[in-house]
Amino acid sequence: MGHRMREVDVAEITEAVAEMSRQSNTNLPGDVFAALADARARETSPIASEVLDQLLLNAERAEATGLPLCQDTGVAVVFVDLGQDAHLVGGGLQEAVDAGVRRGYEEGYLRKSVVRDPLDRSTNTGDNTPAVVHLRLVPGDRVTVHFAPKGGGSENMSALWMLTPSQGRQGVVEAIAAQISAAGGMPCPPLVLGIGLGGTFELSALLAKRALLRPLGEPSPLSEVAELEREVLEAVNATGVGPMGLGGNTTALAVHIERHPCHIASLPLALNVQCHAARHMTRVL
Amino acid sequence: MEQMRTTVTEREIKKLTLPLDEKTACSLRAGDVVHLTGPMYTARDAAHARLMELINRGEELPIELQDQVIYYCGPTPAPPGRPIGAAGPTTSYRMDDYAPELHARGLRASIGKGNRSGHVRQALRRHHGVYFVAVGGAGALLSDRILSAEVVAYPELGPEAIRRLEVKDFPVIVAYDCLGGTAFVGEKPLA
Repeated sequence: MGHRMREVDVAEITEAVAEMSRQSNTNLPGDVFAALADARARETSPIASEVLDQLLLNAERAEATGLPLCQDTGVAVVFVDLGQDAHLVGGGLQEAVDAGVRRGYEEGYLRKSVVRDPLDRSTNTGDNTPAVVHLRLVPGDRVTVHFAPKGGGSENMSALWMLTPSQGRQGVVEAIAAQISAAGGMPCPPLVLGIGLGGTFELSALLAKRALLRPLGEPSPLSEVAELEREVLEAVNATGVGPMGLGGNTTALAVHIERHPCHIASLPLALNVQCHAARHMTRVL
Repeated sequence: MEQMRTTVTEREIKKLTLPLDEKTACSLRAGDVVHLTGPMYTARDAAHARLMELINRGEELPIELQDQVIYYCGPTPAPPGRPIGAAGPTTSYRMDDYAPELHARGLRASIGKGNRSGHVRQALRRHHGVYFVAVGGAGALLSDRILSAEVVAYPELGPEAIRRLEVKDFPVIVAYDCLGGTAFVGEKPLA
């Protein structure tokens, strides 16, 4: 007798992605709103206060009007954690996700920001597909779908370094702070920083992106990683870049680090920069 | 929230009417909070590339530039009953190669987000222009301040088409002024 598989129709994934496309772009997550309000309360610069006031008001207006928070409604990044006892039926996973993006972006009046050929800007796919899908097999029979639309302005300020092991902790903190300082107002601070520390070249980047899915400001469960998160956050806010690069106490709202073992010769470090419109939603099917 | 919002109105805000004449532009200083009312044009990467092609060929532009303001913006589609969708600024540095030429032809100001090149700042000083930043990611709030939007060139570019907007109390901050001043952290005034 084979192991019992739970069947999940990919139409459910399409439905979840369509709904999350619309909702995530219109409703600022409560954790992000709270972090902006806390930052506003701490802010001492008049211009920074003005910018944060506008962001809080923007979240209210988006919810009231149904307009997107930001006109850059992003490329659709979808993390699928597939239980190994779940069996997807009814079609392909990528096709199902793309069908959800196509419907959600059309029905939600969201911007279509994807070109088929990176070197030919006239090749907009017209429906914001394809989505970027990251699949991971996990125990159980559930299918967890994370949806995180990613804007271009902040993505463009992301970076990856293959540090030498001797650069160590100080090298990590300095690289991140220097990158954010140089980026200035371009990635739309206040930011959320997703950091992948360790692994390999490609894994560090994936860890950095995945770190952005964590509820805002929830520290790493590993105490020494949580300590590093605090240190990086302090260093980044000490740059004084501030909201929109115009100065202030609030350059980043949170730093999330995902750590992974790595080769004795390596110290991979990836930084995925997320703007304050830190949109993320999750559905468990 | 209520308490926070009142602080915006308490602060001194300069209310200006568009188009923006040279004298008014020259009165602005980096860090000023300004509300703009009147017409402006949207244009971003693809529209700028096309304008530059026309200039290079010596042909007429589809919009008047004298004293005008260009907003670097690619909005979301307008939902039913609204003139435009979310309409926040895009990152300006991608337009840096084009901006000096447009300022030389009369453009008074641009609106975007983020720092710009020294060439742009020098062009602002030379031609008495201003660079404003709007708050990136405040797409719904800024959409509320846009009364009308009409595509006036390149409709085939979709969100990148050139639109003529009528705005009211559109909130911006002076990032670079015509004297070489800057509101950005880590930058110095032009020597």
